[in-house]
Amino acid sequence: MQTDAKPLLSVRNLRTNFFQDEGTTKAVDGASFDVLPGKTLGIVGESGCGKSVTAQSILRIVDHPGRIVEGEIILTRADGTEIDLVKLKADGREMRAIRGGDIGLVFQEPMTSFSPVHTVGAQIVEAVLLHNAVDRKEARRRGIEALRSVGIPKPERRIDEYSFELSGGLRQRAMIAVALSCDPRLLIADEPTTALDVTTQAQILDLLRTLQRERGMAIMLITHNLGVVAEMADDVVVMYLGRVVEQGRVDDIFHDPKHPYTKALLQSIPSIESEPRVKLPTISGSIPHPFNRPPGCPFHPRCASYIAGRCDAQEPVLRDLGKGRKASCFLYQ
Amino acid sequence: MTKGSAGSRGSVLLDVKGLKKYFPIRRGLLQKTIGEVKAVDDVSFFVNRGETLSLVGESGCGKTTTSRCILRAITPTAGQVLLSESGETVDVATLPKQRLRSLRRQMQMIFQDPFASLNPRMTLLDIVGEPLLVHGEGSPQERTDRVVELLRLVGLRPEYMRRYPHAFSGGQRQRIGIARALALNPRLVVADEPVSALDVSVQAQILNLLLELQETLGLTYLFVAHDLSVVKHISDRVAVMYVGRIVETAPTEKLFASPKHPYTEALLSAVPKPDPRLRSERIVLQGEVADPANTPPGCHFHPRCKYAQAVCREKAPVQEEIAPNHFVSCHRARELSLRGVAISISSKSFH
Repeated sequence: MQTDAKPLLSVRNLRTNFFQDEGTTKAVDGASFDVLPGKTLGIVGESGCGKSVTAQSILRIVDHPGRIVEGEIILTRADGTEIDLVKLKADGREMRAIRGGDIGLVFQEPMTSFSPVHTVGAQIVEAVLLHNAVDRKEARRRGIEALRSVGIPKPERRIDEYSFELSGGLRQRAMIAVALSCDPRLLIADEPTTALDVTTQAQILDLLRTLQRERGMAIMLITHNLGVVAEMADDVVVMYLGRVVEQGRVDDIFHDPKHPYTKALLQSIPSIESEPRVKLPTISGSIPHPFNRPPGCPFHPRCASYIAGRCDAQEPVLRDLGKGRKASCFLYQ
Repeated sequence: MTKGSAGSRGSVLLDVKGLKKYFPIRRGLLQKTIGEVKAVDDVSFFVNRGETLSLVGESGCGKTTTSRCILRAITPTAGQVLLSESGETVDVATLPKQRLRSLRRQMQMIFQDPFASLNPRMTLLDIVGEPLLVHGEGSPQERTDRVVELLRLVGLRPEYMRRYPHAFSGGQRQRIGIARALALNPRLVVADEPVSALDVSVQAQILNLLLELQETLGLTYLFVAHDLSVVKHISDRVAVMYVGRIVETAPTEKLFASPKHPYTEALLSAVPKPDPRLRSERIVLQGEVADPANTPPGCHFHPRCKYAQAVCREKAPVQEEIAPNHFVSCHRARELSLRGVAISISSKSFH
């Protein structure tokens, strides 16, 4: 990643473990990356790679029995001061001001993230009142403004509706409106379009891009969809089983992938531009369960370039390959 | 199906004519019918032996209802579902219930969610062997032998057949579901979103398996999906649905390269392409998918169509064959020149 701008958010060697009766799951196992102001960082990976737990760790909303056991999450606040989110109390005053204030969040499932017994408006007003010293009337005005800014028609009427009265696309827009109501400098979007149809997805991605341009906010976009990342991200972090395996600029990741996992992933996706009915190259096997994490490099049992005696014995570290490129693989160390 | 004859009416296995499925909307104490959801509204298409036809569309377009009508999981309101069965043709839509069971040997289904579609209390042997048991096939030993054969066929180790589904990953479970669907040697396999619940790295494995099985067993697939890249990968022909109607049917390459319906064009352009250099001008459709309980007059797509004219608001278009095997329902299909997706050999060539 470029080093010219000071990162807005810097995650350093983050480890988040879940302590269960069956054993410890290392959901995030030493992840490091930066989010630059005004840019979009895409975090890609398949299920179990730790991308959502990373987001939850940043917001300090990791569910019990999960806990951050190591690492730093440095946020640069609007006044230039740096603060380590790991050191804050998860339900303390400062963290609550940051969560929803400095950092907004959009979840995957807009249906379950809204309360069905409160109107959409009540939920936006709540967020505005929590983070700003304004009265109810002003909060409602801001709420209507937020709904209008995300392209919801007739916001003065929609604000009094319940989330189930909205369609999937409108609901996701309302979710974004809640996240944006307090002018966050970083928006974390966890699979924001996964539950939506493609034409609605295109609308929401367009909206996110417009809002980012207008407000200059940074977006951390978490997704498994490589197409969405290619369309949206400036920089990309690829995760596998809790580790960052590769990171770099979006063009480099897609056109010159270094890590065997990134390469294999890119080749195995069916593309709308490929020839019909041609067999795809596949990645053999499936993602191991986090309990049976393979020793050494977590990808080695499925890797095409696996070096016996090395990849299954030692753990590769994330190496700088120059020009903002990093990869964690013995091929490059 | 060979590429040369793609799309022409050959040896038809399934012929759907004027299929309709309306669900009543009931209200009040007496459950009076106050309206109808036209989930499937006059749909016609055919599937040739050995080919894959995909039904694509967004949620609520009626693709799943169509597939369920074909299997007679639900009884259609009107229309014919003609299945050729050893020389004779039967109408699945009106067949008496007693005859359905024998017919279901011919038609099997692969489900979307490999976690919900397998009984957690049954072993692989029971799950894959159940269709054989239901249809009274063979002795217990013969059934076990057949299960072994089926598991090998889908790339699972037969030693695992005494295990329960929880011991398997999503991709492996989907293989179990495929083995079960193939147990009775069906002619037609209906696959409803068979890879959408799987991780991307596993999707390719299952798609390849489906292609292989089709080649070796001569299967016919009706593939229901929303993901156009997956559809492109598996289909010989594609039918695009919008609010209960088929708007366009064409051989895969034709449909993707030169769509004739504005909805198909918008759908193709909305798919995010996995290449940052192609951040092209996308057609972003305005508005929402029409409500099938309250459909707009004329062409269902006209409120969102940028090419719509007065006639589109008044008259529903009829399907016509605009080019050989390319059917489209649009008043302006002949005059519009729409944008498709080029096949990029350069960036994605694996041969």
